[in-house]
This record gives sequence, structure tokens and C-alpha cells, in this order.
Amino acid sequence: MNYHWNWGIFAQQVQAGEETYFDWLLSGLGWTVACSLSAWVIALALGTAIGVLRTTRSRTLSGAGAAWVELFRNIPLLVQMFLWFFVVPELLPRELSLWIKQDMPAKEFVTATLCLGLFTSARIAEQVRAGIQSLPRGQRDAALALGLSSAQAYRHVLLPRALRVIMAPLTSEFMNTFKNSSVAYAIGLLELTFRARQMQEDSEQGIETYIAVTLLYFLCAFIANRVMALIEARTRIPGSIG
Amino acid sequence: MISIRGVSKWYGPTRVLDDCSTEVAKGEVVVVCGPSGSGKSTLIKCVNGLEPVQRGEVVVDGVSVTAAGTDLNRLRARVGMVFQHFELFPHLSITDNLTLGQTRVLGRSRDEAITRGLAMLDRVGLAAHRDKFPAQLSGGQQQRVAIARALAMDPVCMLFDEPTSALDPEMISEVLDVMVKLAEEGMTMMCVTHEMGFARRVAHRVIFMDHGRIVEDCTKESFFGTPRSERAQQFLAKILRH
Repeated sequence: MNYHWNWGIFAQQVQAGEETYFDWLLSGLGWTVACSLSAWVIALALGTAIGVLRTTRSRTLSGAGAAWVELFRNIPLLVQMFLWFFVVPELLPRELSLWIKQDMPAKEFVTATLCLGLFTSARIAEQVRAGIQSLPRGQRDAALALGLSSAQAYRHVLLPRALRVIMAPLTSEFMNTFKNSSVAYAIGLLELTFRARQMQEDSEQGIETYIAVTLLYFLCAFIANRVMALIEARTRIPGSIG
Repeated sequence: MISIRGVSKWYGPTRVLDDCSTEVAKGEVVVVCGPSGSGKSTLIKCVNGLEPVQRGEVVVDGVSVTAAGTDLNRLRARVGMVFQHFELFPHLSITDNLTLGQTRVLGRSRDEAITRGLAMLDRVGLAAHRDKFPAQLSGGQQQRVAIARALAMDPVCMLFDEPTSALDPEMISEVLDVMVKLAEEGMTMMCVTHEMGFARRVAHRVIFMDHGRIVEDCTKESFFGTPRSERAQQFLAKILRH
């Protein structure tokens, strides 16, 4: 292999500017983390709500929840990014459409976060539904028999238990959110993958670039994993196994 | 206190309750027995509306359970229920299990709820376990906590759905002792159980069900003396043989 290794490349300035390549990657990492965490908040809130809807006795509500899940999980994430970025603004009223295209601040960030959040919410909804359905039916009955309303039964009994049950898949989902955020480079969000491609072309040190980026993604996912493990340990029910 | 009038219920084409009628007067203890699948559990769950019925009427303490527009949550708060599998909330401490309904449904302050809850816990002989979690207690202890949880709501009557059938033999008596005490104190009780010793000791009336019908509804004396139906005689012969 006739490759000229240069690990010092990260400290060097980019071709056209004052910044170093390290600065590029660091700012890319910042957008990746911001986009992933914001998307996660959206996904968790919406996913929990939709998952709950799917377990209610109302056909309309559970049908609406099912439609949501199918809509967002049957289309590739990359295509969804393009749809939100290029197609949805065209379908809005003219004024709003113009504002989004010309004036909306952090347009790529908002679009990518919303898209990733909705995509992930469908997956979380399925996990929440499974978690609730895994509980014995008597739990709901016992909550209702005390006089709790349906909403209170979910809030105080069913969800706290279901979320514990699904901690393992939820952890994977949290890690996925970081990794999936890389798709946002396709609509021009200056996140880590975007910066990696930029650095590769600018510096012609592709291998060092992608090794660094790989490690950074790994680190993000790994920290996400540890955070979830910590939460899992803190919320463990005394006397239960695992 | 409890009035069941001409209640019928179907699961799809299967008729699980067939024109059931009975009354439980204030302070009366009524034992419901019968072979499995005879509809006893379904009948008792109709009393607090956990199971909707298609025909007939259930009235508890002057409030119609089956009428549209009845505030079921409010009614259920006044009807204590104890389940076969205890159904304590495993993610809550014993104290929190005792206070959840009181604070969220009855609107009691936390201090007030704890005082009341612990008084009931003491009554079932488990005051020392207030800070434990359900999984740290034996089955018999969990069931006694479940009884305390129901009593803490100051119910006008208590429903028991096979409260001892998931227990090891040596734990059955500790639960029955609590129930006997409760009966002797004048609590209105409707108990689905196969514990004929309990029935003999405290029941005023015994209801025998088969295939969704109330086959016998008579005083304890006449039930254990000369049950009229052949089916009840067979049933008694079987369960009293050993």
C-alpha cells in the first residue's frame, strides 16, 4: 500500500481558512450530538404517546397509532430526509413555504431533527406497546379497581413498569439515534459525517479522517449505552431479578 | 349493598354469564364457588365494572354500575378488590402501594394517606415491611398487603377474586385469618373462593355457579347440609373428599 500516513493532519489548517481539521470534526460532532439528543427527546415523547394509544381499547386511537407507526417505519430514513427537506415545504401554503426555504434559521438542523425524531418515534412506539402488553392484565385491573382513571393507570402503573421492561431495546434505539443522524449529511447538515467527507476531500487523508470519525461515533454510542445502563441500574426494582 | 339483576354477558358467541341475579346485604359475607370456567370471576368483576355486561343491571350502594354515564372511577374507589395474583405494583414500595389510590383518587394528603395506609398495614400484621418492595415479600404477605391497600380506601364493600388460589398451602391460612377478622368486624364481602372451611366459618350465604348460571343461592347451612342441585353435590363431594 502506497499511502502516505499523516496523523498530524488534524492539527493542520484547512485549505481555505483559519480553522484546523480538528475544529471541523469537533463542530461536526457538536451538530451530531445536538441533532441526536433533540431527536431523541421528540422520539421518546411521541413514541410513548403513540405506543400508549396502540394499547387503548378505542379502535380509532389504536388505529391512528398503527397508521403512524407504519408510515414512519416503512420508508427508508434517507428518503424521509429528502421528503421533509425537498417535498414537504412545497406542499405548504405559499408564504410558509417561502419562509422555510429562505428564512428559517438552522433549516437543515430543524428538518433533520424532526425527521429523525419522527422516524425513531415509530420504533419506540412499538417497543412501548410491546412493553405494556407484556404486563399481566391484572395490573391494569388493579389500578382501575383502586379508582384510578385510565390515564392515571398508565402514568403511575403501566408505563413505569413497561419502560423498565423495554430498557434493553430502548438502549439500542438511543444508540441508533446517534448513528442514524449521519444520514442528515445528505441534506447538508454540517454534522460529523458531512465534516468527514469534507475533510477527506480537502486533506486527501481519508484513512485518518474515517478512523477518527469512526472512533467519535463509537464514543457517542458507547456513552449513550453507559447512560442508559446507569438509568437501568438506578430504576431497578428491589427484589426483582436482573 | 350489592344488587345483581338479570346479568348476562357474552364473549363473542360464548355466553359466560346467563341471567345471574343475587343480592348482598350490608354486613353480609357471600361466598361464590363453582368449577373453573363457571363464570365466578367474571361475575365478581361485573360488580365494580371491570367487566362490562351486555344485559342486566348491577347496583352497588345505590349507584348503578351498568348505567351509561356512571362515574366508574368514583364507584371503584369505594369498592375494594383483591385479586388472585395480588397485583401489587412491583415498582412501588409497600407504602407507595398503600398510598397511590388514596392520594390520586381520594385526594388525601401524603401524610394522611401514609397514616391511614400504615394503620391498615398494621391491621394485617405487616407494619414492619413498610419500606420493602412487593418482590421482597412472600405470596401470603403480598396478598395481605393487597387487602390493606384495598382497606385503606375505606371501601363500603370488598370483593375477593380467588384470593388464596395462587398461594402455597402454608400461606393460605394467614390470608384467611385476615379475611375472617374482616368478616367478623362486619365488612360486606363477596368472595370467590374454594376455601370451604372459610365459607363454613364466616359466610352467611353460598352461591354455586356452573356454566355461567347461578345454580344455588342459599344459606350456608342449607348449602353444606343438603344442596339441592346434583351439580353442587358432585362439586362438594369432589372438593371435600380430601
